[in-house]
Amino acid sequence: MTLADAKYQYLLRMGDNALILGHRLSEWCGHGPILEQDIAITNIALDQVGQARSLLQYAAQLEGKGRTEDNLAYKRDVMEYRNVLLVEQPNENFAYTIVRQFLFDAFNFLLHKSLVNSKDEHLKAIAEKSLKEITYHLRYSSEWMIRLGDGTAESHQKIQTALDDLFIYTGELLTPDAVDQTIFEAGIGPDLTALQAPYQAKIDEILQQATLQKPEVKYMQSGGKDGRMHTEYLGYILAELQFVQRAYPNMEW
Amino acid sequence: MKAPADYAHLEDQFQARIDAEEKIEPKDWMPDKYRKTLIRQISQHAHSEIVGMLPEGNWVTRAPSLRRKVALLAKVQDEAGHGLYLYGAAETLGAERDDLLDELHTGNAKYSSIFNYPTLSWADIGAIGWLVDGAAIMNQVPLCRCSYGPYARAMVRVCKEESFHQRQGYEIMLTLARGTEAQKKMAQDALNRWWWPSLMMFGPNDAESKHTAQSMAWKIKRFTNDELRQRFVDITAPQAEFIGLTIPDEHLKYNEETGHYDFGPINWDEFWQVVSGEGPCNRQRLKARRRAHEEGQWVRDAALAHAEKRRQRQAAKKDQKVA
Repeated sequence: MTLADAKYQYLLRMGDNALILGHRLSEWCGHGPILEQDIAITNIALDQVGQARSLLQYAAQLEGKGRTEDNLAYKRDVMEYRNVLLVEQPNENFAYTIVRQFLFDAFNFLLHKSLVNSKDEHLKAIAEKSLKEITYHLRYSSEWMIRLGDGTAESHQKIQTALDDLFIYTGELLTPDAVDQTIFEAGIGPDLTALQAPYQAKIDEILQQATLQKPEVKYMQSGGKDGRMHTEYLGYILAELQFVQRAYPNMEW
Repeated sequence: MKAPADYAHLEDQFQARIDAEEKIEPKDWMPDKYRKTLIRQISQHAHSEIVGMLPEGNWVTRAPSLRRKVALLAKVQDEAGHGLYLYGAAETLGAERDDLLDELHTGNAKYSSIFNYPTLSWADIGAIGWLVDGAAIMNQVPLCRCSYGPYARAMVRVCKEESFHQRQGYEIMLTLARGTEAQKKMAQDALNRWWWPSLMMFGPNDAESKHTAQSMAWKIKRFTNDELRQRFVDITAPQAEFIGLTIPDEHLKYNEETGHYDFGPINWDEFWQVVSGEGPCNRQRLKARRRAHEEGQWVRDAALAHAEKRRQRQAAKKDQKVA
């Protein structure tokens, strides 16, 4: 794998994570459990889609085929998407939304804390801007993990269920593959194995405060970031996301 | 309880302050009817912002470019923010947000009828920004000078954001109108569907409007429904012409003598039908709001329970220290 290929893949992964998670969060817009949280969730959605734009613009530039952020977002099908499986999981209820966010934020925060030292100046600049936002996201989702875990019996049960269901998707976040390895060796991104311990520590810290049990997982689900597999949900996300551009191709909006 | 003579005296003083363009503040004396009128109007306004998130939110996941998606998300988020500080303004009059929401959910409170129409294509998002936010601005700019201080101040901020939304919506329409045939058709269709409901946003004709006279005397309202509607038509007609779209009104014509656009009769049957709860989306809108509220109950309960646990733990810590 050439470094150029790896960089393009790496940027796609990051951009797709941000876009798909932003899409999921944006589904809450107007339907939040209380007005303040509607605003907060929409705010995080805005950050994610904003980050997706910067990342996909850079990915398109690296690819060098004249594609744009919108070409990448609107014209790739399921098997060309490179987001992790976690972010495409449905909202279900507020507990699932919070758990998904927390499990992703804890990873994303560590990733971006490394990326601000990237040898790639462009990625470094994006990461510096994003890190401020992600720091807030992690604080928000951690606080809600604790609130729901240590709230009522009902909320505790709901968030534990969500955690049990979603934890199987955390494996691929920090399991490096050839792309991650190439990026690490070039000094562009972190050694993912080195982030595993701090990730688990963060999870343990918050679960302890939230009085939640960490699920014991025998087999993790993976395949999203390397393009081997997605869940069935992604197809429906793309059907919605891409509808206008598919129905009315090659137009300016 | 004040004697009637005292009350009349207070009312005279109150009206004198209004006439002198003084702002009325939450702790000032005010007639009960003034308070009730404002609570009704401000809460209706807040509900309109919240219900208004639904037709636009309907296109967030389908926005045709990432740039448009970000702009639409930000816009809908602004509406939520407007709702928040309008509920806040209503609370300064002694209303409780929970009670106001109950009124909405039980169908007793009104909100702007325009949001009972469906958004069927991307062009509807442009039309809402251009026409609906445009009409809202007509209504709201005079409210920045409303006699009740907190409402007037909330409106200053709301108007700044609304005018940004209006330009954004117009820009969407402009892009479509200059696009392909399919896009032009989409834009024209949206204008056809949103034009008349937008004119209805200003409320019944002056002769039919039961609140206008008193609200004008109290300087809650500065212009009548018909005055504002005319102003809207005068501003919007040339904008439609500029982007090459046709307003669906065969009577629409500039009148050299009056300096205004004449326009055709409004279908008031449709207006009253939608106001009474039988518009195209009334049921879906209320259902969506009720569902969000009901499904959010356990989340709100958990937040309260957790806050209470924390409070108790901190109190226990303090006690330990003292002991």
